[in-house]
Amino acid sequence: MAVEDMDRLRRTGRIAIVGASLAGLRAAETLRAEGFAGELTLIGDEPYEPYDRPPLSKAVLLGRADPHRTELPRRRDIDAKWRLGTAATGLDLTAGRVRLSDGDEVEYDRLLIATGVRARPWPKESEARLDGVFLLRTRDDAAGLHQRLRAGPRRVFVIGAGFAGCEVASACREQGIEVTVAERAGAPLVGALGGVVGAVAAELMHEHGVDLRIRVTVTALEGDAAGRVRAVHLSDESVVEADVVVVSLGSQRNTEWLNGSGLGAGPRGIACDAGCRAFDFRGIVTDDVFVAGDVARSPHALFEYQFLSLEHWGNAVAQAETAAHNMICDGTDRRPHLWMPAFWSSQFGVNIKSVGVPPMGEELMITQGSTAERRFVGVYGHKGRVVAAVSFDNTRWLEFYQRAIERGAPFPVEYPTLDRRPENRRPVPADFPDPSLPTHGPMVTLSGYSPADTQLVFHPARH
Amino acid sequence: MTQDSIVRRITDFASRADPYPVYRELRGTPVLHEEEGGPYVISSYWDIEALLHDPRISSDAANLAAAGDDVLLQSEETGGLPPSFLRLDPPEHDRLRRMANSAFGPPHRPRRIDGMRGELREIVTGLIDGFGDARGIDLVDQFAYPFPVTVICRLLGVPREDEPRFRAWVDPLVASLDPGTRQGADEEFARTAREARMQLGMYLAGLAEERAKEPRDDLLSDLVNSRGPDGAMTMMEVLSTSVLLLIAGHETTVNLITNGMLTLLRHPDVLERLRHEPELAPRLVEELLRYEPPVQLVPQRTCITDIEVRGVTIPKGSRIWLVLAAGNRDPERFKDPERFDPDREDIQHLGFGSGIHICFGAPLARLETQIALTELARRLENPRLVQDPPPYRENAVLRGPRHLEITFDGVRP
Repeated sequence: MAVEDMDRLRRTGRIAIVGASLAGLRAAETLRAEGFAGELTLIGDEPYEPYDRPPLSKAVLLGRADPHRTELPRRRDIDAKWRLGTAATGLDLTAGRVRLSDGDEVEYDRLLIATGVRARPWPKESEARLDGVFLLRTRDDAAGLHQRLRAGPRRVFVIGAGFAGCEVASACREQGIEVTVAERAGAPLVGALGGVVGAVAAELMHEHGVDLRIRVTVTALEGDAAGRVRAVHLSDESVVEADVVVVSLGSQRNTEWLNGSGLGAGPRGIACDAGCRAFDFRGIVTDDVFVAGDVARSPHALFEYQFLSLEHWGNAVAQAETAAHNMICDGTDRRPHLWMPAFWSSQFGVNIKSVGVPPMGEELMITQGSTAERRFVGVYGHKGRVVAAVSFDNTRWLEFYQRAIERGAPFPVEYPTLDRRPENRRPVPADFPDPSLPTHGPMVTLSGYSPADTQLVFHPARH
Repeated sequence: MTQDSIVRRITDFASRADPYPVYRELRGTPVLHEEEGGPYVISSYWDIEALLHDPRISSDAANLAAAGDDVLLQSEETGGLPPSFLRLDPPEHDRLRRMANSAFGPPHRPRRIDGMRGELREIVTGLIDGFGDARGIDLVDQFAYPFPVTVICRLLGVPREDEPRFRAWVDPLVASLDPGTRQGADEEFARTAREARMQLGMYLAGLAEERAKEPRDDLLSDLVNSRGPDGAMTMMEVLSTSVLLLIAGHETTVNLITNGMLTLLRHPDVLERLRHEPELAPRLVEELLRYEPPVQLVPQRTCITDIEVRGVTIPKGSRIWLVLAAGNRDPERFKDPERFDPDREDIQHLGFGSGIHICFGAPLARLETQIALTELARRLENPRLVQDPPPYRENAVLRGPRHLEITFDGVRP
């Protein structure tokens, strides 16, 4: 783009952002902070101004935060046209137009897609509609679930022991509510952290009085005559009575509105380059459509250029900032999104934090502390390199391991470390499930889709 | 060590008023090792930050190859107090710090510090009222010292009127933390410090026994009677922890407040702003912690294996100094680092350290200093420095003025 064209874009251009949550807001703020003076439109299907989601499965369920008061702090005035409560329904790449659910159209010179993910619903619709069956993604979900928990249910049943499911179970136990958790894999959190660490999470659950059922699936939700859920049927033929069911089966990417648009969008998200520019379905990068947050899938130089989908809070912020910067910059001024994957969770009184990409690791080594004491640092290795680390109540060491990942430090970790226990001198298999088998959906997915893929026929996703 | 070595100049009293030119020179050699047996001195921000999070770095004096001159290590052999968590590694460090924290902060005591806000303001008001009709004071003796001492006494449960008693033990102990004095270290000096620590411990033992029988609403009672998931502290652990909290709880804050007022008097525009914008205080104090950190360097770390920093191998057991105050003014990290700028947005300073040993009392120190500086700025009319630079204390680690004479035209109500 000629210099004068970029100047004009920055002064009088039109930028549309689809998705008015964390990534959308931070991108808008960055655009203004970097001097974008043109027209800015924020489109969001929820009726609320951008709010923070991590408290929804923690403080909100405990009654320590009001679900309707978790607005994201604003870093600056963004002077935007807000289209809240209006979903984007289609995209015309050639004309540069977003179609909205109310029939309106928004024209753009640059588009940022930050539509994120939604909770995967219970597949049987009639059962999903039963009173007492909840998903947990939005503030309305959290408000409804919190209200039910306050009413003192006899038992809560959580389907799926990923992070969200575990946090719900933790919030229940903290309030003395009986809870059963069903997990198809052999332990909680296996998709994100593997079986060894998952076993620690399972012990934590047992200690806190959670009725954990592993290697089972839920076959049916049973309702009473009034349409209220009353029991859960499991694949081992057991039946558990419960008056609240939380469906926590991972997430689905919000890309259906892009079907037929010509973008490379599907159930695994929208592929983009490291500069956040979206690929079209031919694998050719666009120059005016950008992607950020949970819905994006981008190659990461530190992890063998694999395309990573990261449903992490910090990733949404960092990627939004990079995307926004690149939207109003040319060529060499553009920056790659090189964020170190990191996420945290708090459950059963333990702070869990991870850096890097644990599911890439074949082996695990407990380098500090002990899993028996629930306080440790575990390091994941892949092809002789450190690729991730996880800590239970040991967050303050993680920066060291992050640097080790960044430098491709050798694995196993041979040097002595403080509080290395004699039984932990050797690595063990990290025990991740076969990625081809469905689980509740890990927080990071790896896939080999690459820009070199020249397949020219696009098959719209079937969700 | 040669006469003009950089390490020598750091500890030299002549550098006390303005050590920053030496630190600037120091950063020119990011891993400085001047002589056999001497410390490896780390001065750049990113290197310090990395080593503070490095699990190969130990705070336990027992891991030093040449531990001969270490007061704390010897005290163990001579039947003195065991080391506090400041000088321990995980898992012992973690256990003791967790137990201390359950008496001090969230999640167990989320309101202990914040709940003191009103009390802190009262103490500050009382001290400033006490200036009376005077038009000049020594800020250290009349304000910056008595304030945090009163606070830590109340928090810990130590009678304020015993201050002259414990002062006599605290002074030699604090002096022993100064690597400068250690250089000429004679056995005499080490013995004095050990004995002072013992005496202070015995004094606190008397109070702890009282609290075991009759608990009150103070830290000492909580430490003595703790029965959490980690079990109970032994009496020796209670004593070494409370010695640590008593000393660290005021020695550093005195300097932070005094350095703060000195800095404000050297930047009258900022002082005037604080007078009208008390909400500036939190950011101002963070910048102060960067610009004039009360703990200038951490001299007690070592490595449990050979490590490499910027291509230099530091052998196992070497003494490592992390010069926080030099890192805080590293131009590779902070823009215009020699400028005091309370509007700085990027202010991740090393003033409280980082990693597992990050300052335990940071929330209290912050609150005390915010309130102290805000009230001084609000109430003193036209305050001025009498002497610049003021006379400094000997200590190169816990650096601050011994006295700070100031004059003013009056005290506002």
